[in-house]
Amino acid sequence: MVSDQIKEYVSKKVEEYKEVIPENKLGELQSAIMSLEIDITPEEVDRIFELAKEEYLKSLVQPGEPVGIVAAQSIGEPGTQMTLRTFHFAGVRELNVTLGLPRLIEIVDARKTPSTPMMKIYLKEEYKNNVEKVLEIARRLEYTKVQNVVSSIDIDLANFALILTLDPDMMRDKGVSFSDVVSALKKLKLPEHEIEESEEENRITITFTNLSDIMTLFKLREKVLNAKIKGLKGIKRAIVRKEGDEYVIYTDGSDLAAVVELPEVDTTRIWTNNIFEIQKVLGIEAARAHIVREIKRVLDEQGLDVDYRHILIVADMMTRDGTVKQVGRHGVTGEKESILARAAFEVTVKHLLEAAIHAEKEEFVGVVENIIIGQPIRLGTGMVELTMRLTR
Amino acid sequence: MSETEKIIKGIQFGLLSPDEIRKMSVGAIKSPDVYDEDGTPIEGSVLDPRLGVIEPGQKCPVCGNPMGVCPGHFGHIELVRPVIHVGFVKEIYDTLKATCRNCGRLKLRPEKGSTCEEFKSEEEELTLEKAYRILKAIKKRYPLAAKRLIDHVKKTAAKQEVCPHCCAKQYKIKIEKPYTFYEERKEGLVKLLPTEIRERLEKIPNEDAELLGFDPQYSRPEWAVLTVLPVPPITIRPSITIESGMRAEDDLTHKLVDIIRINNRLEESIRSGAPQLIVEDLWDLLQYHVATYFDNEIPGIPPAKHRSGRPLRTLAQRLKGKEGRFRGNLSGKRVDFSARTVVSPDPNLSINEVGVPIYVAKILTVPERVTKFNIERLRQAVINGPDKWPGANYVIRPDGRRIDLRYVKDRKELAASLTPGYIVERHLVDGDIVLFNRQPSLHRISMMAHKVKVLPGKTFRLNLLVCPPYNADFDGDEMNLHVPQSEEAIAEARELMLVEKNILTPRYGGPIIGAGQDFISGAYLLTVKTTLLTKEEAYTILGVSDYIGDLGEPAILAPNEYYTGKQIVSLFLPKDFNFHGTAKISSGPRACKTEDCPHDSYIVIKKGILLEGVFDKNAIGNQQPESILHWLIREYGDEYGRYLMDNLFKVFIRYAEMRGFTMTLDDITISEDAKSKTKELIKQHEEVVNDYMVKYNEGKLEPIPGRTLEESLENYILDTLDKLRNSAGEIAAQDLDPFNNVYVMARTGARGSVLNITQMAAMLGQQTVRGERISRGYLNRVLPHFKVNDKSPEARGFVYSSFRSGLNPIEMFFHAAGGREGLVDTAVKTSQSGYMQRRLINALSDIRVEYNGMVRTTYGDVIQVIYGDDGVDPMRSAHGKTFDVNRIIERVVGWKR
Repeated sequence: MVSDQIKEYVSKKVEEYKEVIPENKLGELQSAIMSLEIDITPEEVDRIFELAKEEYLKSLVQPGEPVGIVAAQSIGEPGTQMTLRTFHFAGVRELNVTLGLPRLIEIVDARKTPSTPMMKIYLKEEYKNNVEKVLEIARRLEYTKVQNVVSSIDIDLANFALILTLDPDMMRDKGVSFSDVVSALKKLKLPEHEIEESEEENRITITFTNLSDIMTLFKLREKVLNAKIKGLKGIKRAIVRKEGDEYVIYTDGSDLAAVVELPEVDTTRIWTNNIFEIQKVLGIEAARAHIVREIKRVLDEQGLDVDYRHILIVADMMTRDGTVKQVGRHGVTGEKESILARAAFEVTVKHLLEAAIHAEKEEFVGVVENIIIGQPIRLGTGMVELTMRLTR
Repeated sequence: MSETEKIIKGIQFGLLSPDEIRKMSVGAIKSPDVYDEDGTPIEGSVLDPRLGVIEPGQKCPVCGNPMGVCPGHFGHIELVRPVIHVGFVKEIYDTLKATCRNCGRLKLRPEKGSTCEEFKSEEEELTLEKAYRILKAIKKRYPLAAKRLIDHVKKTAAKQEVCPHCCAKQYKIKIEKPYTFYEERKEGLVKLLPTEIRERLEKIPNEDAELLGFDPQYSRPEWAVLTVLPVPPITIRPSITIESGMRAEDDLTHKLVDIIRINNRLEESIRSGAPQLIVEDLWDLLQYHVATYFDNEIPGIPPAKHRSGRPLRTLAQRLKGKEGRFRGNLSGKRVDFSARTVVSPDPNLSINEVGVPIYVAKILTVPERVTKFNIERLRQAVINGPDKWPGANYVIRPDGRRIDLRYVKDRKELAASLTPGYIVERHLVDGDIVLFNRQPSLHRISMMAHKVKVLPGKTFRLNLLVCPPYNADFDGDEMNLHVPQSEEAIAEARELMLVEKNILTPRYGGPIIGAGQDFISGAYLLTVKTTLLTKEEAYTILGVSDYIGDLGEPAILAPNEYYTGKQIVSLFLPKDFNFHGTAKISSGPRACKTEDCPHDSYIVIKKGILLEGVFDKNAIGNQQPESILHWLIREYGDEYGRYLMDNLFKVFIRYAEMRGFTMTLDDITISEDAKSKTKELIKQHEEVVNDYMVKYNEGKLEPIPGRTLEESLENYILDTLDKLRNSAGEIAAQDLDPFNNVYVMARTGARGSVLNITQMAAMLGQQTVRGERISRGYLNRVLPHFKVNDKSPEARGFVYSSFRSGLNPIEMFFHAAGGREGLVDTAVKTSQSGYMQRRLINALSDIRVEYNGMVRTTYGDVIQVIYGDDGVDPMRSAHGKTFDVNRIIERVVGWKR
């Protein structure tokens, strides 16, 4: 046990080192010393703080360090060790989720929609333990069209009518009642018609009273089938899973803007893998944080150890002007000032011709340009502009 | 030095005006014939001697320089009729649409209002003056915004049907790809000839041109329609002579000849008053040739072909793509002073060294300036000459003359004449710094500096421990070696790139160089409790190290004196080093969390003495952050890290050699008892699978939500079979002797895993393709050996056999199918991840840390205010942490615990 005397001494030391070592690290150090189960002398405390200072100062990044290139290499190099396949999301065998290299490429590509969009929806305290309620919410999310619940749709050419036969199994599965379907149909803007309901037979007949064109009837059939009964557009399926002590909704498809509007949803923990939706709904800082988290998640899932700082650089570069930008021709690289750097990357001729027409000037500031003309680059030891004057 | 250093400050891009083309030309090129009867190039042809020197020994008639110094000179072709530059068709089109066909003004509303009656515009619409003002204001600071403004101007102006300045009616302009323009007049489509286009463009005033994205000083719109064509110097299109004495001309030369020929024919036709139709046909042909001269891959027109049928490689093709000028010659260059050969291992080298074949050492040289300190050595090198190592290949006199030692008759005399100020290009010798590299160079440690060790043989030798950063093995890998030529380069290589300075990787802040394979086996065997060494044995294994000092008192004194392996290891540890932690073998039944450990799987080092625990992958392995090795390197420096690897690690290997380490069939053979247990397991699980199938057939199977019944069945079966393999593995693992060598390798992390042992000893398990059981081949079955729609494990790629027992032919087929997928996967993956990395590097290449700790691009944009939120370099961090709090406490008081 650490004596009170030592504890006091440590506090004094913390005060002393405040200027040198970051505060959170000092706090960590202090609490670690306090919870020691062995005796410790003031001299040893001195030594600990000395070492901490030494290690901290030694670990600082040096001026000129090409942190961008190192970050790109550190993320790119393990790419060869990643899997190519789509996997079942950890434990959720119902959903396919893109992971590994394809997902990483998707993130740095800044695609408008991921190839397997999905959401993880947490619910507020009062709902999260109630299975019934959670299931009910999940059902409400699922985008359900008339198409999903009919077993057949027949066309009565004689009477210009559409006869829908509903599938009770599907209706139960999707949580749709007969009247839901009817009201969905009633909301449709159809030409003059009558709706005849028969709940016992699960049949709905729509007779168009003022129609003479068969082609239109076929078109109307499509319209009826695509009529929305409930749900959010984009959410194909919603699955409820127990996670720890609460029930969580996983969805296939994503619609953040609409889901945050739901009163039952815990908006502080909601998650989607669509970065653009996050940018739109929550802003660029959220998008940046999310890029970091997603890249980290992909790498961790593959068991690849990559320092957090490298991922930060990528995310900061992608979001630096307020919108999410692709790493590549249509984003970060495509907007470089240097003509030669752009020409050396992709679509060489186009960039050169444009530079000519607009009379652009190459200033040789970046790395790529200077490599092209064989001059020192301004990174690392090349950054030094001060030279010694040699006196004879 | 006669050379002066020049720095390129900038390059101004622009269009060449006809005047400028003529001004920089050495003369008009008119003759379509290249050589006269006696084979000399004709003056006024595309091989005009004034265009540059082609033959060695000649002097340029224009600048007087010999070949190699004369950069070549431009000529020009006067085109009889103007033609459109294909690269600027889009710009010409936009410009024509946005300007008035009559007065050439930009069709934007003037501020004072238009006098034309027919002119309609909305109030809020951009005015010409306003657009100009905005452009002036933002052009310099916000080039991207300026680009958007220009696009907006173009769009608004193009919509006007009446010119607001001269009230002329505007017609819609159409373009027929690739380079023909039409105007939709009342009388129908009228072709716009380049002459007319050029006239219209000429009329555009400078201010208006600026609003269309031109910069009148460097690019006037009409210059995009060519009237004069520059002829590039011969130096960029050299002719080559084939052995037979035949000359083959460059593709560009061919193309230029074509252009001149058609140009002359066109001129002739016009002069002789040929019908308009013929003139226009020729004109079109001229346009075609000029267009393909610039770019021979224009969609919509056939590429110009060589006589042999091969498409010509014209200007755009030379620049484009991976092998083009930019990516092939400018971003990546071929270099001198480099060598490449096969690599092979040599555990006797230091990790800092590379073994260089003597043949290579005699060709690669280092320029060394003669001083009074090295003059004797360099004299000897000169005397030895180019053929005897360590010699020299060249001597450079203070006046800059190079003397090739191959042709010096009396090298002794030359050696005697050496004085300070001479430079000797001497052979590579031991201790020289070279860069060593293996492709693909995915990260910076794919290229590190090594110290040369000249050795006999024909391969580069490297220490096995340095394999991981290069990702090298010795199955035929080749590596490259580069010799830095300046003192500055040598110093930088030594101080920043030396192997020992790159033991820790910046990817995650841990040692990427460390023990692997036999080093780990050896370390484990040495440090395991049962290892006792006599004094002689201890001396033998210590003999490979540089250790000088006392062995200390043996751990066991009676009946005989014995040293433990732990004592040997302790000799190399710093005297104030403390460590507590688990070993890799601490898992399953042999797991330990405290000092009190009967399995010796908890490592305790106090004051530099290894008291307890074995060294395995967790302690000294490569790519193991927060390990003993990592802390040792972090706390005692790179050089100490190198010392450990050059000495202690060698001891491990030496011990493994002494003890002997191998693998036998018995190591993976399980007992009859275990075999029958496995059989029992197979039966149980097969029953479960059958159960699922029966349920499925009866339609009673509970489907997984969101999956079809069939998918659910597959899912259940896969789960069951996976359980089967795991249980079989467990039985095998329990049955095998945990101290047999194969198992030791798996447990210590030296090589292989428990899964590998399972596959060798028990069963291979399910073979999959795309994560599913193998089901494709014949109709509803994989092989004709099975019944149609047989879903049983063996029919869908489950392998019951082990590698030990051998696979039956059907199982082997399934195994091969699964293996094939892996190969395809790797091939696809490398190209995809390679491209991703190229893009990442291109996007992030300009980022650096400033002196004040900020992260900026070299253009000055701030990316982060402090690097990584804490200013800590990952490479110097403790596995990402600024410092490891517990580790620091351990360092100071760990010996008390």
